[in-house]
Amino acid sequence: MKVLVCISQTPDTTTKIVFKADGSGVDYTNVKFIVNPYDEHALAKAMELKEQQGAEITVINVGKADAEQSLRKCFAVGADLGIRVDAEPVSGTQVAKLIADVAKERSYDLIFTGRESIDYNGGMVGELLGGLLGIPSVGYCGKLELNGNAATCTRFIDGGEETVKVELPLVVSAVKELGEPRIPNMRGIMQARTKPIEVIADSENSLPAEVRYESPKGKAGCVYIDAAEAGKLIDILHNERKLF
Amino acid sequence: MSVLVYIENWNGQFKKQTKELLAYATDVAAALGHELVGLSIGSASDEALRELSAFGLGKTLVVRGQAFDKFTSINYANALETAVDHTGAKTVIMGNTYNGKSMAPRLTATLDASLATSVISLPDLSQGFVVKRSVFSSKGYAYVDLRNGYKVLTLTVNSYSIKENPAGFSLEDITPLVAVNDKVSVVGSELQSGKVPLTEAELVVSGGRGLKGPENWGMIEELADLLGAGTACSKPVSDVGWRPHSEHVGQTGITIGPNLYLAIGISGAIQHLAGVSSSKVICVVNKDPEAPFFAAADYGIVGDAFEVVPKLIEAVKSLH
Ligand SMILES: Cc1cc2nc3c(=O)[nH]c(=O)nc-3n(C[C@H](O)[C@H](O)[C@H](O)COP(=O)(O)OP(=O)(O)OC[C@H]3O[C@@H](n4cnc5c(N)ncnc54)[C@H](O)[C@@H]3O)c2cc1C
Ligand SMILES: Nc1ncnc2c1ncn2[C@@H]1O[C@H](COP(=O)(O)O)[C@@H](O)[C@H]1O
Repeated sequence: MKVLVCISQTPDTTTKIVFKADGSGVDYTNVKFIVNPYDEHALAKAMELKEQQGAEITVINVGKADAEQSLRKCFAVGADLGIRVDAEPVSGTQVAKLIADVAKERSYDLIFTGRESIDYNGGMVGELLGGLLGIPSVGYCGKLELNGNAATCTRFIDGGEETVKVELPLVVSAVKELGEPRIPNMRGIMQARTKPIEVIADSENSLPAEVRYESPKGKAGCVYIDAAEAGKLIDILHNERKLF
Repeated sequence: MSVLVYIENWNGQFKKQTKELLAYATDVAAALGHELVGLSIGSASDEALRELSAFGLGKTLVVRGQAFDKFTSINYANALETAVDHTGAKTVIMGNTYNGKSMAPRLTATLDASLATSVISLPDLSQGFVVKRSVFSSKGYAYVDLRNGYKVLTLTVNSYSIKENPAGFSLEDITPLVAVNDKVSVVGSELQSGKVPLTEAELVVSGGRGLKGPENWGMIEELADLLGAGTACSKPVSDVGWRPHSEHVGQTGITIGPNLYLAIGISGAIQHLAGVSSSKVICVVNKDPEAPFFAAADYGIVGDAFEVVPKLIEAVKSLH
């Protein structure tokens, strides 16, 4: 079985996001990058499938050379092959088209993405891939079992869960319940350094994004209420703010 | 020309957010000078739809049939595409729900559209079609121009006000042009009953590790019940199993933007704030005056939760 896992590189979750003065982008000075947390859950599930029944795991990233460190982290926990599409990722639709171009040519049985990237937060690449490839997609997937050529998936819905039966090929977007992220071992780390990463040219001639960013306005300041008179808070929320 | 709005139902019922969506779609259509057309897929009754005509739902297309009783993104997106063909709509709007966010990208792929999810503003038409959306887990906003001919957007819950707006209601059944995909089917579902789903709750009471153990959640639930609020928690609390994972908010949990977020015994780590910072009013109860959460709060009480929460409960009771 051939499995593709889409890997996005995002700023570490503790990063304070600072935008450039002209709002044209993020100031990435001194920012530490990580593998998007949801993609780690997806990769963990792919590894589990590999152990259970054998699978070849390819990790793919749309990004510039600095993102290869993230693909190497995936090698360190057991991914077999790595592909980087050499383009600045500018939108979910561009990323999905580039990955779909690769997937059409090499046909995978199962494609994993995370539910969303924690920087762009589009939550769209997985379902876009399903649409571009014309195959079913299951979003917000927390559980997956394979049975021959079919998968039984549990997906989150508003206020509950749903079980879906789907034939492969299939695109699955992972939530954190899908798999516990793996910790690399020494052998994996050694191998990760030397494994080749295949670099593919940008087939979409991507244009730079025209996006303007803005930081949220800070709070005016906290109004403190004496703990001994805590009930006053309820009074303010009810009578002044009319929240209930 | 028309603007198409997808009217999602939950077991045949509509929610407050459906009315928010209608108010938003009505205003987008008016700004563009287009007609607003609704699309309902699945099990909503004609009567339930008619009630929405008070909130702007006029001409409405309906897709019914067994294949559409349950949501599958591939078949629902195909139904949407048929409605786009039928109306000639160039702009398609839906809610930023699990289902909305699953079908919008599929439609985008087939139409080669521009897509923006988690939208929180009307489009600015003076420079194209620019919408504001939250990015970096609510640590920032992006203004994106939807430049393609087709535009698809999903609206964040609780970001637009409901308006009464009676519309001339009519229904028309349509049949999807693409055959139903039978490679995927829903075989079961499990709903948590009786609780306010967190993503829709207007008021949320949330607890962190400062509450010491699951046995102390009685007072959190009592306060939430009295207020009609949903309950949430920090990540470590659900990780150790004090509370269900469905209550975990933050960067790796769910993102919420209620009118009130009341945080009790939560330190306010950056990953926690990422999921709650778009709340309209934030109140923090923490015994440590240095807790980072106070910097993000509108109201703060420095004190022991086990003394403060009972006082809050008393105060709410005395309102009734
Ligand atoms: C990759 C990553 C992702 C993460 N994602 C999330 C996420 O999505 N959501 C999330 O919540 N966290 C997340 N975290 C964890 C986050 O960094 C914090 O560790 C977590 O939010 C802390 O939870 P807490 O505030 O409940 O506990 P603590 O940090 O232990 O804080 C407890 C607070 O309670 C106060 N307190 C103690 N006793 C009392 C009392 N009697 N009365 C009143 N106050 C009291 C203390 O002063 C303290 O401020 C993530 C971390 C990482 C690394
Ligand atoms: N630049 C990228 N390269 C590879 N995969 C990506 C990239 N961006 C996003 N993805 C995948 O798509 C998922 C959803 O991302 P998004 O739609 O941006 O929120 C992520 O969890 C990744 O699995």
